Amino acid sequence: MVKITYVDSFGEARTIEAEEGTTVMENAIRNAIPEIVAECGGGCACATCHVYVDEPFYDLTGKPSDKEEDMLDFAYQVQPNSRLSCQIKVRPELEGMIVRTPDRQG
Amino acid sequence: MSETITTDVVIIGAGPIGLFAVFELGLLDIKCHLVDILSKPGGQCAELYPEKPIYDIPGYPVVTGQGLVDNLLQQIEPFHPTFHFGEMVEGLEVLGTPEAPSFRLRTSGGEIFESKVVIVAAGGGSFQPKKPPIDGIEAYEQKSVFYAVRKMDDFRDRNIVIVGGGDSALDWTLNLQPIAKRLTLVHRRDDFRAAPHSVKAMRDLVAWGKMDLQLGQITALAGQDGELSNATLKGADGLVDLACERLIPFFGLTMKLGPIADWGLNLHENLIPVDTEKFETNVPGIFAIGDINTYPGKLKLILSGFHEGALAAQKAHRYVYPDKKLTFQYTTSSSSLQKKLGVH
Repeated sequence: MVKITYVDSFGEARTIEAEEGTTVMENAIRNAIPEIVAECGGGCACATCHVYVDEPFYDLTGKPSDKEEDMLDFAYQVQPNSRLSCQIKVRPELEGMIVRTPDRQG
Repeated sequence: MSETITTDVVIIGAGPIGLFAVFELGLLDIKCHLVDILSKPGGQCAELYPEKPIYDIPGYPVVTGQGLVDNLLQQIEPFHPTFHFGEMVEGLEVLGTPEAPSFRLRTSGGEIFESKVVIVAAGGGSFQPKKPPIDGIEAYEQKSVFYAVRKMDDFRDRNIVIVGGGDSALDWTLNLQPIAKRLTLVHRRDDFRAAPHSVKAMRDLVAWGKMDLQLGQITALAGQDGELSNATLKGADGLVDLACERLIPFFGLTMKLGPIADWGLNLHENLIPVDTEKFETNVPGIFAIGDINTYPGKLKLILSGFHEGALAAQKAHRYVYPDKKLTFQYTTSSSSLQKKLGVH
């Protein structure tokens, strides 16, 4: 199990244990983490699971695919460390990762 | 004022479930008109995942979204359904009684239908342009912010800002640049999804100083009484102020429940509750099949929607032909069904 912390737009932090191979979005939905909407259910088709990934974890999440980049065009206030959380697979290397949610999704 | 179209059934939504419902109704001699906001049949399958393989359609180990739609169109061809594309049903009036229902429907395109039965196969809702996440954008819609270009002349001699990186954004950039006062294309990054020749043509225009390309996202709008004057762009180097009288964001499509919410149908979290015998709503004569409905145990699967359409057709027959007896027949053995299918 990998510990992931979600910090909402009010600064509140919630830490959960995530199973390897699941996505950061799935774990948010399963644990009732607020501010991640995931309208399309993880299909990389809506940009409402948008998160900012704290360093040094952003590089460890891997490079977004072309499809994710296309969808990020539609996200709110995209920053260099933006990712769609449905595209981030949980791996042991991400132990202790902190992701922050924007104050709105799409 | 267009003439009223009188038919047996109006199907709202021409996705896979609406399409297959035509088949089940056709076997029972019931005629259908279908209304869909898209310019083509197939719903989510055709619009969102035409090339994607689907693995859970009974009888097809694998079939693409568009492949399934093409097969369904072939399957319902013998029944000659009439399609009304680019339209959304806005008004629904109950004319008849619960025992002998009848409805008048009015579409966004001004068409009027009268039918005995309505089948709502609206899936996730009608496809609408996705709005960019900019506070206060609603105040400028239809005056200065447009999600589609209907009349090019409305944009003549204006400061135009187009947002997007796909074919729609690049095509309209190339179409409007010659008539604009000044045109700026805004995209989050310097990488475009659009066809390479369109991107090249755009880059040439930028190089010749005939239009601007700005990388970043629009974060704020300024204007008065719905008339836009400026847009704020957040780029890599900070904020840039753009002169902007017309904003055209191409942000893709999203699905919205729309006018269905106003017809007096029971709704549960934007889904229409139905019974599992006939998939009828709380209004006799109005059925809901596919992703738009809900009932205990509901699964949002295409195969479920197919089943729901078959059962709804049985009850629809009682409304359309109240004096006829419905005899259950198989397409394998019934010569009358086979005649209707043109395979006898």
